[in-house]
Amino acid sequence: MPDVNSLVNEFLIKLKKRKIEGSKATAKLTAELLRSFISQKRLPHTNQAGALIDAVKAVGEELINANPVELAVGNIVRRVLHIIREEDLSLTTAAVGGLSLSAESDNEDDVDQGDHPALSAAAVAAAARSTLRPPSLQTLLEDMPHSAAVPQTSSSGGDSEGKSKSADKNLMTRKLKHNVIEAVNELIQDISTCHELIAEQAVEHIHQNEVILTLGSSRTVTEFLCAAKEKKRSFRVFVAEGAPRYQGHALAKELAARGLQTTVITDSAVFAMISRVNMVIVGAHAVMANGGVIAPVGLNMVALAAQRHAVPFVVLAGVHKLCPLYPHNPEVLLNELKSPSELLDFGEFSDCLDFGCGSGSPLLHVVNPAFDYVPPNLVSLFITDTGGHNPSYMYRLLTDYYSPDDLVVRRRSTS
Amino acid sequence: MDARRVPRTVTDPKVRQVGFFAPVAPLDGSPSGPLRPTTPSPPVSGNSLSPVMIPLPRHLSSDNAPLSPLNAGGGDSFLPVGSYNPSEFSSPTATEDFSEDNFSKDTGWILNDNSGKIATSLTPGGADKAAVKQNTHSASGLTPGITDGGPPTEVQKEQAPVSSMPLKEKTTKAERRALQEAQRAAKASATAGGSKKSVAASAVVTSANANPKKVAKAPPQKKDSSSVAASEKRAGDRQTDKDRKKDVPHPRMQFDDEDRVEKAKKRSVVKQTEARNRVELFRHLPQYEHGTRLADLESKFFQLDPVHPAVYKVGLRFLSGDISGGNARCIAMLQAFQESIKDYSTRLEKTLIEKWDLPAKINGYVSFLIECRPLSISMGNAIRFLKTQIAELPLTMSESEAKASLLSDINRFINEKIILADKVIVRHAVTKIRDGDVLLTYGSSSVVEMIFLCAHELGKQFQVVIVDSRPKHEGKMLLRRLVGKGVSCTYTHINAISYIMHEVTRVFLGASSVLSNGTVYSRVGTASVAMVAHQFHVPVLVCCEAYKFHKRVQLDSICFNELGDPDAIARVSGKEDINYLDDWTSSENLQLLNLTYDATPSDYTSMIITEYGMIPPTSVPVIVQEYGGEHLWI
Repeated sequence: MPDVNSLVNEFLIKLKKRKIEGSKATAKLTAELLRSFISQKRLPHTNQAGALIDAVKAVGEELINANPVELAVGNIVRRVLHIIREEDLSLTTAAVGGLSLSAESDNEDDVDQGDHPALSAAAVAAAARSTLRPPSLQTLLEDMPHSAAVPQTSSSGGDSEGKSKSADKNLMTRKLKHNVIEAVNELIQDISTCHELIAEQAVEHIHQNEVILTLGSSRTVTEFLCAAKEKKRSFRVFVAEGAPRYQGHALAKELAARGLQTTVITDSAVFAMISRVNMVIVGAHAVMANGGVIAPVGLNMVALAAQRHAVPFVVLAGVHKLCPLYPHNPEVLLNELKSPSELLDFGEFSDCLDFGCGSGSPLLHVVNPAFDYVPPNLVSLFITDTGGHNPSYMYRLLTDYYSPDDLVVRRRSTS
Repeated sequence: MDARRVPRTVTDPKVRQVGFFAPVAPLDGSPSGPLRPTTPSPPVSGNSLSPVMIPLPRHLSSDNAPLSPLNAGGGDSFLPVGSYNPSEFSSPTATEDFSEDNFSKDTGWILNDNSGKIATSLTPGGADKAAVKQNTHSASGLTPGITDGGPPTEVQKEQAPVSSMPLKEKTTKAERRALQEAQRAAKASATAGGSKKSVAASAVVTSANANPKKVAKAPPQKKDSSSVAASEKRAGDRQTDKDRKKDVPHPRMQFDDEDRVEKAKKRSVVKQTEARNRVELFRHLPQYEHGTRLADLESKFFQLDPVHPAVYKVGLRFLSGDISGGNARCIAMLQAFQESIKDYSTRLEKTLIEKWDLPAKINGYVSFLIECRPLSISMGNAIRFLKTQIAELPLTMSESEAKASLLSDINRFINEKIILADKVIVRHAVTKIRDGDVLLTYGSSSVVEMIFLCAHELGKQFQVVIVDSRPKHEGKMLLRRLVGKGVSCTYTHINAISYIMHEVTRVFLGASSVLSNGTVYSRVGTASVAMVAHQFHVPVLVCCEAYKFHKRVQLDSICFNELGDPDAIARVSGKEDINYLDDWTSSENLQLLNLTYDATPSDYTSMIITEYGMIPPTSVPVIVQEYGGEHLWI
């Protein structure tokens, strides 16, 4: 196994050079990196969770800084931190209340977990809130009806824990690491299968004879549309090509090959065509806590046109794209300017680019942003792997996946 | 705009009072038209028409101050409403002619107003038109009665046709019928009472005076004259109703109507093969193969007898995309028509009556051009203008005169409606540019470019953002020209519009046409730009010459549009690796749609800058109505 530091460095360089494209790939790679990092991390005997969290935070900070625009990195780091906290919590609660566990409840949870891994995580989160956090209004409210359920759910994190109830401290050490790695594996699994879960919902949203518009290309959107097609829904798709990368061409070709009536239009024709469109379905780069979307460039225009014509604007996003941060000036701060060569050939205007060097500023600027920010009021619906959600619900959904202590990923000043 | 219209509305009542009695008589000694209304029947007044034509133009126009801000100042496009009469356009020779025409026109107009019946509920334009209609009518009826009075030299040319026509005894069926109808109409108007009489009389006066050319129009346009005659029997108001109905634009050719498409195909010169993967939503628009047409047409060069070489050349250049942009295409077309008119000859006969097939020829050229590329609305307007001019030529005019007149008409159209109009627009628009502005434009509009260059020359400090889009990348050319002139530019693509709009203070857009519901019909993508600008509260200024305005209305970009070459979408210039769509025609599920225009809703437009001033989009129908009527070209 290669040295973990070199792995980290390699990944950092890739991020800095923007070699990794797409939030999904980034998320997966980040999770895998953190998994190997955790597995190689030697933990002290005391306060293991704290040490592990600090270590992960240190790496995570570096990763995030390498490409602050790729929010998926931060999301995954926070998810892993959250996992560590939860595992730790479940171990401690198990140690405290483990004796009261019954075998049946354990089994139930096993089944549960197989079906809805995300749900069990939510349950764990609820448990974590009820036990560790100082009482807030929310925890008070939640505690009342669920007080009976707490001990039951608390065991869910460690499914194998019941078998090692009598284990000693040493075992506990390995246990935490093992559980965390298990959970991270699950996370990776989630990321790679999220589009299947999203695509399953396609039939509920796409109707016969509908006209759907999308811009650019996204794996999730492709799967979503194809899933609906496989369920014998026949509908038409307008694909805007998505300058400057024109991924729409590839999408259109794939859709046509799968038997969908596909029409490629230019990005400029979106407004013209949207009056005949029933639904806009697009992918996202990241979803912010306020329900705003960081999306491939051009989507704000599409969203505005859709709003003008009262066409539902549906965003498909895997859970790994949910970012627990609130955006401030996202058009600029969470954006990235790409190379002008995507718009102009270097040779074409090379004489103009340094035309005004005397005055210090060139006469010609080329702006080629990578992302657009779509404010939450333009989004009709988010479809994630846990179902459809309103933009206004996003902040709440996040609490299931992230712990509030991790929102700012930064090493403690002492360490 | 307002400033110019105010005097008119104010003077209207005045005119009404003064005009009836003798607006013209005191102005110069000549026995002038308005005195005639007392004569009971038009034919009689017709006899004594010749003196009416003598008025000294200068005096009249200057004395008639309230009426003639109407004074035709040559190519001044600030002309107020009243001067936009057709006769002015048809007499190309000298400014004196204009003012004379103006004058006589004005008198006609005054009298119309007097008559009250017609004018009360009408817009000025409508009344004017009504007068013209009557003119054509009674004049045609009159001609036989006219004795060859010795008209003064200046008017002789115009007088000649009128007098010579009866001599020729040219009583075709149409003419006889027109004559009959005119007499009937005259009788009707005689019985209609005093006020009505005056109408007829005034019509006679003006028509014989300024618009003898209208005579020419009556016989060939059988339908026209008969319908007018019929309606004239009714009240004056009705007539204009009818008039308006006729003004409703014809429905366009729908290409999903198979019968008509078949018919059109038989007539067409260019071989057009249907595109393979047609877009279902746009069945009603022509979708033809683009690749083959140019080569096909080139090979046919020597077989295309009916098409003049100049027109042919322009057609080819339209087809290849060599000439694009509303103004450039319109000018190129008009110049080609000029060439063809120059070379046109009626073969044997000396006067136009004998064998005047120029309109038919022009129609042939137009349909050829349509086959090359669908006409823009501005070109449609220009063609309509040309046809009106041709129709208004007196039949007895000699061929060379007619040709000279048409050529100068076309020249004037190009100069006044396009070139001068652009200058005026630039003058208006530059006042909207302040130091430190960031101006955004989309695509490449010739007027907008002129505005930027003018502002730059004036030393204003501003930045230009050029937004471009596939597949034409017209913005690159604009960028090159502006940067070459030293204007500081930012270039981006249309998807980044929301990003760049934060910094923009004004949006300048060109337009292919402005429709009368305020919709701006322009290069596809304009609507998106305007929408985003609207969202960011950035003012959107649309610069458009008034000759591009059109009566049509449109709500979306689908009912009418133009489809470009779909292959242009499949190829991404400069990017060889994006080749997914290379063999797109092989998949029957895949269509490429290359829209050329889109319709920007009027609420996204803050202001439309025309040569008549800066107007809100709600005022477009006013401009169309007052300045754009068929008979009211400058």
